[in-house]
Amino acid sequence: MSGHDHHHHHDHEHDNHFTPIEARVKALESLMVEKGYVDPSALDAIIDTYETRVGPRNGARVVAKAWSDPAYADRLKADGTAAVAELGYGGRGGEHIVACFNTPEEHNLIVCTLCSCYPWPVLGLPPVWYKSPPYRAKAVIDPRGTLSDFGVTLPEGQRIRVWDSTAETRFIVIPMRPEGTEGWSEDELASIVNRDSMIGVGLPSPGDKP
Amino acid sequence: MSRPDAALADALAAGTPIPRDADGPVFAEPWQAQAFALVVALQNRGVFSADEWAQALGAEIREALANGGCRDGSDYYERWCEALEHLLIEKGLASHDSVDARAAAWERAAEATPHGKPILLENDPLR
Repeated sequence: MSGHDHHHHHDHEHDNHFTPIEARVKALESLMVEKGYVDPSALDAIIDTYETRVGPRNGARVVAKAWSDPAYADRLKADGTAAVAELGYGGRGGEHIVACFNTPEEHNLIVCTLCSCYPWPVLGLPPVWYKSPPYRAKAVIDPRGTLSDFGVTLPEGQRIRVWDSTAETRFIVIPMRPEGTEGWSEDELASIVNRDSMIGVGLPSPGDKP
Repeated sequence: MSRPDAALADALAAGTPIPRDADGPVFAEPWQAQAFALVVALQNRGVFSADEWAQALGAEIREALANGGCRDGSDYYERWCEALEHLLIEKGLASHDSVDARAAAWERAAEATPHGKPILLENDPLR
């Protein structure tokens, strides 16, 4: 069996909202695009450069603390939103954060099949592929194949659980602490936790330490 | 695409350190990255020069400080957006009214868009 659960609330209706400053940025952008002063694809290209520049380190700090401090890990399991807020992270896009802990029996993978809901306060801006229809479809239908697209092969017996994000609930994967990191400081640990491992399409490796 | 170093240099020249770390700018929220990208793109297209941008942003930040604004830089991108708006108005490329009207349209469009659908300006019910 594929072993994935598909959690999705189909009753969440309308939760799109722009704050005044967000609406203002969209206004300036759309006016400039209409006048031909800005090419939307040029904007995307610039933003893509910075997709890892909003907050992914926040998520890495959460993971590193969970690895180092079992009491924190327990709080993170019980109430992700509150535990993430302890480190000062939160806000829009992080309304309700659920931390999905990888175990030897179960690997977690996050997706948003509907659009591209993403826990940006902890993971930054979503990468382009996360928003792409192929990823959104394949992650649910064939999670093991999706992982292999990312070069990740899990042990046979490890199930894959797919978490479908919604506007209300965003997920962050807490990878297992890799062997070979004994005695590392939280800073050292955080340095090997990258975005992909917190989406579930990658695994942290001690060799990634800068 | 050209590197946005010019915008960074301008911000620094204006005495307004952009929030950044060793690898470049950091953003607290996605709209900040969008506003940043918009300024970089407009400069790349020659809509305004690096110098004009530095002056516009610097003026906005000095004014905010004079009026008791945040000294910790947490409102940096709010000032960034105001500077952009004022510069575009000064250039005759936008007006306060057109930006106000368009921002209101985006807010209505967002409210009218169901989750899972992209927020499009066409979704504004008053459009």
